Amino acid sequence: MREQLQLDFDKIVKTSKFSNEEIQTKKNFLNNFIKKGFPNRKQEDWKFLDISQIIKKNISDLSYFVDYSKSNKIDPSTFVDGLEHNKIIFLNGRIEKIDFNHEDKSKIEISDETKKNILFDYDNSLIDLNSAFTDKVFKILVKKDYSLKKPLIIYHSTNDSIKSTNINLRLDFELGENSCLKLIDYFANNTSKNFINIFYNFNLKKDSILKNYKIDKFRNDNLTYSFNNVEQGNNSVSETFILSAGSDYLKNEINCNLNGEYSSAFINGVFSLNENQQHEIRTTVNHMVENTKSYQLIKSVLGKNSKSAYQGRIYVNSKAQKTDGYQLSKAILLDETSEFNAKPELEIYADDVKCSHGSASGSLDENSIFYLMSRGLNYQQSKQLLINGFLLDVVEKITDLEIKNLIKNIIGLKE
Amino acid sequence: MDTREKDIENLKDYKYGFTTDIENIKAPKGLNEDIIKFISNIKKEPKWMLDFRLKAYERLKLLKEPNWQKPKYPKIDYQDLYYYSAPKSMKNKPKSLDELDPKLLETYKKLGIPLQEQARLNGIAVDAVFDSVSVATTFKGELTKHGIIFCSMSEAIQKHPDLVKKYLGTVIPTTDHFFATLNSAVFTDGSFVYIPEGVKCPMELSTYFRINASETGQFERTLIVADKGSYVSYLEGCTAPMRDENQLHAANVELIALDDAEIKYSTVQNWYPGDENGKGGIYNFVTKRGLCKGKNSKISWTQVETGSAITWKYPSCILKGDNSIGEFYSIAITNNHQKADTGTKMIHLGKNTKSKIISKGISAGFSDMTYRGLVDINSKAKNSSNYTQCDSLLMGNKCGAHTVPYIKNKNFDSNIAHEATTSKISEEQLHYCQQRGLNPEEAVGLIVNGFCKEVLQQLPMEFAVEAQKLVGISLEGSVG
Repeated sequence: MREQLQLDFDKIVKTSKFSNEEIQTKKNFLNNFIKKGFPNRKQEDWKFLDISQIIKKNISDLSYFVDYSKSNKIDPSTFVDGLEHNKIIFLNGRIEKIDFNHEDKSKIEISDETKKNILFDYDNSLIDLNSAFTDKVFKILVKKDYSLKKPLIIYHSTNDSIKSTNINLRLDFELGENSCLKLIDYFANNTSKNFINIFYNFNLKKDSILKNYKIDKFRNDNLTYSFNNVEQGNNSVSETFILSAGSDYLKNEINCNLNGEYSSAFINGVFSLNENQQHEIRTTVNHMVENTKSYQLIKSVLGKNSKSAYQGRIYVNSKAQKTDGYQLSKAILLDETSEFNAKPELEIYADDVKCSHGSASGSLDENSIFYLMSRGLNYQQSKQLLINGFLLDVVEKITDLEIKNLIKNIIGLKE
Repeated sequence: MDTREKDIENLKDYKYGFTTDIENIKAPKGLNEDIIKFISNIKKEPKWMLDFRLKAYERLKLLKEPNWQKPKYPKIDYQDLYYYSAPKSMKNKPKSLDELDPKLLETYKKLGIPLQEQARLNGIAVDAVFDSVSVATTFKGELTKHGIIFCSMSEAIQKHPDLVKKYLGTVIPTTDHFFATLNSAVFTDGSFVYIPEGVKCPMELSTYFRINASETGQFERTLIVADKGSYVSYLEGCTAPMRDENQLHAANVELIALDDAEIKYSTVQNWYPGDENGKGGIYNFVTKRGLCKGKNSKISWTQVETGSAITWKYPSCILKGDNSIGEFYSIAITNNHQKADTGTKMIHLGKNTKSKIISKGISAGFSDMTYRGLVDINSKAKNSSNYTQCDSLLMGNKCGAHTVPYIKNKNFDSNIAHEATTSKISEEQLHYCQQRGLNPEEAVGLIVNGFCKEVLQQLPMEFAVEAQKLVGISLEGSVG
């Protein structure tokens, strides 16, 4: 693996136009990654999804080379209909287009951050991998008092020109005071066996609002890892919704630092899995100061041979009195081969807090099915109705009406 | 002075902190094959027992001390410990209590555990373990009438080798984790209980552990076998003198319940917790595991953990038999600089198995408390269910309370429900109690006892009263 990494890295350096300084930063990250390697189940955070094994078994020869000098053809048919939006198109590992057509251009600033180091402590080799191999790192700054009129959709797509490749994306966002950004990650991959590694860094200033919706709906056999780091200032709000259904393997990780008073974080997720899929959501919410709030709701519906895992951690610093922390995970197991794992963790050092977590898993309630069937529905319909009701509960938490309807359409949930 | 105040006065400083000045036989310091042979020899053990120990020791050499736990502790030098210490007078085991060293009798009297049978009104049979050996077992005659075997482990190895051979190490094998394997290699004594088929044990059985000698580790091993259709309730209590150094206590407890049998195991752990600056105290690293081997069997753990500098244990149930039941009730209280990482494991293997976990954690002062638990429902464990509730109470903002449950559900017919909350005693509750004439400390005591009630109810009568007092006393000085 080591030689392959080094070889592909040199190839990228040759074909692209990085400055010397940038190459040096990237080299450091590469060396870090070579030292640490892919995470495996021996690491507590990767207990339920062993990336190292998955890559060995399913992708075997992973290539790290992406030709950043050639552009790809964009296929507009994959775009979302019926919702006006701004676009970032990330195709085959390369950002092809950044388009803020619906916005006041003077209020949004895009800058190149490639040579900047990562500013927070992390113990995650995939971030090193990402920083070593990603193309340009852009920082998108939404200026003070500006709310984007339309949501921003990031299209993550790959076409059949790549296979068994590792592609990386990193974006930094800064939301100025009293600004608002709605961000949708839309995964439309129709290739196979790629390892997609996404890393977002959000910095939320006072009174700003971030809404991030991650939609992975279409079946593909890629392995995807997505990491969000969110730093929140006073009175800021972050809302994250995750639909985890398409990829064969998917891990979403959210690290949220509530650094400002009265800031709050909401994380909601839905797993809808089938046929050998293995997904995980891992969240860490750090309450660092007084009067902060977090709320998490994760629901899973697990079909044949599928596995989902939820690792949620709430940390309350001794200074963070009057914290409200809430975590709930529920799972319905539909088949004898499905499996649900949970590790909801509380780590609390302050006494005036209200923190609780709950976790429940089981099969569909036979009595409810009987009730529906006695009213004329057949078995399949009753089952579907119950599952839809179960999942709708999470979708209803989405605060943006337009996007909520879009997501309902995508999932195929009707009221 | 009312009784509560008197209790507090008595216990303000750790009441059991005295040392008994007694002549000891000690094995030389250190851990090696010779020491193991020495222990085995002094106990006149048969060869198979020595082989068992040596096998464990071989395995131990390959193992590393685990370090994933929350409370970190300075490295223990295993070569700097005495692995065997016994009162000299025990060399030739006295045949009856009359021959027992009066100093020992005095010690147990001071601890509130009189060994003379006539002194006991409530009819609890006691096995008293002093450092490395069992010094006395009471009510033997009464128990023998029912065919119940209740004696020290050493005696069981001599007199009932078939039973010991059949069951020892079947729940905690010599190939287990570091501390369990260490115990398998060097265990000194402990209790052995066998309840024959269909017998309901007429009295509570109990072991009282006492660490006296300094620089010793206490490694006892308890084995309880409940044969088909039998029932036994077993109590365990522990104390140690006050010392500046940390002492290691690494016991193994194995429970085996056959068809329709029920074992109820209760612990009130009150080892010396160290002084208020966190100096000294016992490291309580115990492995407790129960196997519900037969159909319809039941194992229930109840623990009140108030002592020890560091408590690190997870009494577990392996629910192998169909329809078997596992229960875990726990109160853990940490104050000053105490640390606890405790919880349970429920492993569901058989059909229709049920488990219930109620855990209450209270932390005060500078202490740190972690509930860590595993519920694992195997794919073959059809129609199983688990209910877990763990609540923590925090007093002050210098302490910590953590909950780390692992939940694994591999069976779609089974249900798991888990709930956890963390909070403090509300001002309203305190105000209400104080308005009605209780002082703040009494008010806290009352509220805390209410918080713990679900668990205290599970304890046998005599223990419950003691535990209730202990709960109040452990929290002394943490209010205000």
